[in-house]
Amino acid sequence: MTWFLDHLALVGSLLLVHAWLAVVPLLLGLIIAIPLGWLAERNRVLRPILVVGTGLLYTIPSLALFILMPLVLGTGILDPLNVIIALTVYTVALLVRTVVDGLSAVPETVRQAAIAMGIGGARRFFTVELPLAVPVISSGLRVAAVSNVSIVSIAALLGIAQLGSLFTDGFARDFLDPIVVGIVACLVLSVVLDALIIGVTRVLTPWVAARSAA
Amino acid sequence: MITFDKVTKVYPDGTRAVDGLSLDLPTGKITVFVGPSGCGKTTSLRMINRMIEPTSGTIGIDGRPTSSLDPVTLRRGIGYVIQSGGLFAHRTVLENIATVPLLLGWGKAKAYGAARELIERMGLDASLTSKYPAQLSGGQQQRVGVARALAADPPVMLMDEPFSAVDPQVREQLQDEFLRLQAELGKTIVFVTHDIDEATKLGDQVAVLRVGGTLAQLAPPADLLADPVDDFVADFIGRDRGYRALAFVAAPALPIQPEATVELGATREQVAAVAAGAPWVLVVEDGAPVGWVAPERLGATVGRDDLHRGGTVARVGGSLRAALDAALSSPSRRGVLADDDGRLVGTVSATDVLTEIERDETGPPS
Repeated sequence: MTWFLDHLALVGSLLLVHAWLAVVPLLLGLIIAIPLGWLAERNRVLRPILVVGTGLLYTIPSLALFILMPLVLGTGILDPLNVIIALTVYTVALLVRTVVDGLSAVPETVRQAAIAMGIGGARRFFTVELPLAVPVISSGLRVAAVSNVSIVSIAALLGIAQLGSLFTDGFARDFLDPIVVGIVACLVLSVVLDALIIGVTRVLTPWVAARSAA
Repeated sequence: MITFDKVTKVYPDGTRAVDGLSLDLPTGKITVFVGPSGCGKTTSLRMINRMIEPTSGTIGIDGRPTSSLDPVTLRRGIGYVIQSGGLFAHRTVLENIATVPLLLGWGKAKAYGAARELIERMGLDASLTSKYPAQLSGGQQQRVGVARALAADPPVMLMDEPFSAVDPQVREQLQDEFLRLQAELGKTIVFVTHDIDEATKLGDQVAVLRVGGTLAQLAPPADLLADPVDDFVADFIGRDRGYRALAFVAAPALPIQPEATVELGATREQVAAVAAGAPWVLVVEDGAPVGWVAPERLGATVGRDDLHRGGTVARVGGSLRAALDAALSSPSRRGVLADDDGRLVGTVSATDVLTEIERDETGPPS
């Protein structure tokens, strides 16, 4: 506890970087996964390729991906961009299937009714199908958020400072305090992100609460 | 008028869903497409607003081939009601109903105004306006579905088994409301169902389709029941055709007999006096018939639990079927007739109804 209080500023700044490195890929991944999911949902040939293909990306070990990034991107090994892009890959891996599931869960009668009312292509996607898929996508996003918070810490092995640095530091010095503080800070960050996603989802989907109350 | 001219739909896998369909659907009338599954009734419906494109043949609305019209513009001018409503779960009742008016650029004030009017017209409570579809009963959802289709006041309405997902009692209520509404609005309606009773109840004309998408018979309901064109149609219409056909014959002036009645809550003695030995006495409440009682099985007074409720009540001036059914279903064999306000007029015997049926020299309706 004393260690924590003495290093409040350090932990705070590491937490901010950690949050930044976890959240930016989450948003980028969502933005990429939505069109991919849309494509997979409507195209029978692309569907298995996209869903299985992106899913496989998640099986690449994170350490390996972090190390590969500079080679692929030509970035420096300490560039946080490596982490952001690698985690975007993981987020896409987790979310494409979720987006497909969410869009597939839109009842066919609703889709038909929309077509019959002359609600065409893009308008139908953004005003009918995507809004109805929000609850499912949101649950996938919560998994991805927690996954990102946990994977970011591995980047400490490459020397990119964030909460994971507390683990490497504690481990190197055989000193438990920073490790415990790091774990707690990761937990707090996960819980806050989770609550944030739940909150935003509630605002976007007042009809879900109405349904469960009915 | 909507015209089908040799319309054929063959799917890429070779399935012939609709085959050389030619028929006219008159303006302001309800045409019902009915048939077993695989008869192409829904496909035929969806070809009208080009949700499905015909392989060959032409569909015209008031002389203009639909193929010459922009599909989106065409669809926004045609109301569409789908099974189980197809409501947008993420939009309120008001927003659902205002969908097409908003798409047509009416502006919010006018679109929501029209939607509010329809909510009232459909007999929906104003408190439902801001509710989401999941908060409504099946019957209410279906009414919202109809209101949404009517919102932009389209001259043509397509209805694809709109009442099949609700329980029978609600379905009957929805059908009655629908007919009442249509009497006011006079839309050109194409209605798809697999239920022949629904078809004959709602249709001004009924098109019976066979599997493979060919027209077996096109006729007004009474003619269809009286004169099915072949075994397929006869089988599809089913049993009791003669009896069901009576639903389309208005009862002539029947020899209505006055009926001695007791009020609900009358004493055993009062009932015995009125019965004068008869096994059944009719009970009324504020002038409306509520059921029959058997005097010898009565307690001290006539309570609701004592009522025999098997008998149906026919309306004076209603159909012969209703009058006959009232007589046949009554424990006293005297059919109860009431006026439009539900007040007792008298009773009629099955024999008297049958006499009227036999006296009708035209024979079965044709």
